[in-house]
Amino acid sequence: MLSQIIYALPFLAEGFAVTLWVSLLVVVLSLIAGVLMGVGLVYGPAPLRWAVRIFSDTIRGIPILVLIFFVYYGLPAVGLHLESFWAAVLALTLFKTAQVVEYLRGAVGSIPKGQSEAAMAIGLTFRQRLAYVIFPQAFRRFLPPWINGVTDAVKGSALVSLLGITDLMQAINQVIGRTYEAMPLYILGALVYFAVNYALSLASRRLERRFSFIRE
Amino acid sequence: MGYILNFNLIWRHFDKLWGGLLLSLELAVISIAIGIVIGLVLAVWYVSAGRAVRTIIAGYVEFIRNVPLILLVYLVFYGLPTVVDIAYSAQTSFIATLSLYSGAYLVEVFRSGLEAVPRGQLDAGKAIGLTPWQRLLHVRLPTMLRITLPALSNTFISLFKDTSVASVISVPELTYGAQWINFNTFRIVEVYLVVTAMYLLTGYTLLFALRLVERRFKAAR
Repeated sequence: MLSQIIYALPFLAEGFAVTLWVSLLVVVLSLIAGVLMGVGLVYGPAPLRWAVRIFSDTIRGIPILVLIFFVYYGLPAVGLHLESFWAAVLALTLFKTAQVVEYLRGAVGSIPKGQSEAAMAIGLTFRQRLAYVIFPQAFRRFLPPWINGVTDAVKGSALVSLLGITDLMQAINQVIGRTYEAMPLYILGALVYFAVNYALSLASRRLERRFSFIRE
Repeated sequence: MGYILNFNLIWRHFDKLWGGLLLSLELAVISIAIGIVIGLVLAVWYVSAGRAVRTIIAGYVEFIRNVPLILLVYLVFYGLPTVVDIAYSAQTSFIATLSLYSGAYLVEVFRSGLEAVPRGQLDAGKAIGLTPWQRLLHVRLPTMLRITLPALSNTFISLFKDTSVASVISVPELTYGAQWINFNTFRIVEVYLVVTAMYLLTGYTLLFALRLVERRFKAAR
């Protein structure tokens, strides 16, 4: 049993690399899209605000699995052909973007209105207000939930196995298909996911404590 | 492009979606009911226990929270029966998994709720001569439940969405129904549009209803 698992380790490691790669792509892309859309939600004109609100509430209201299937099976049906890997990344990114939008809204919303008004009074432009006044203060509110949310991205990435992408989850299932050692391999997989996510949530907690000295 | 929407086949197989939705709700309700029991028992135990018990409970919570749900579902359905001599249906297996899953999240919810019960209330309970057991039953738990109600309803709604993962072990809930129609009729866009609407309508109706309940039971000031 042990020799079979050791034999499969390089294969599992490749799967783990895919898991990390998917998670990284999703986290980075959703951060960019989410911050842009979040700014649109807070400061944009009414139609833009409504569009972002509807996007966010719709995406967060459906299971991520449905979104993955919708993107993966739905896009080719309307003539858009994406590789399964990128379809999965797109679906997970849409989901994460909606979360980032909410983190940003919460963080920016926690900054007293007077800050914005003071910045306006000294003649800062909109971009300067965001860059020098709002974002630096909102950052400490944004960071802990966001890092905590990164664990969701890593966990969510396991769903790409359903599209036949050989991530850690799929690699485990394939090795089980060959060796029939279900329990040891699932536990091994669980421990790997646990190690990554627990480290992330510890980091999030430490940051939260580090920023907690700042009085509101 | 040139994709023409045609919902006829969806309506013909709508019973798969409707039955699926009801099953999704059933799975979520049963799982949260068991999860609440797990969460309550472990949270009450945690706040009064020594270090060893605390470590074990925290271990359970952290393990569940940091592992993908789909892996837990596989582990319980495909993994456990290979080492323990028990047999269960996919549905039972999923309910067990989702109960343990929600239990872990609810331990945290209830634990922080218990800690948020004002000290004065417990002292008042002590002052009028309630036993520790009575203080728990009549003072701590009711106040704690009021405090944690919003978190509880959020957990329920996210569990309702998590039931979609049951489709990977062929439990015929809503996402499974969607996939069935997807693979058998190829009305792909239509079926996912309908299913999206069903999840949204159900989810937001639940949210709205639960917010009404919360307002009714809001912690008195």
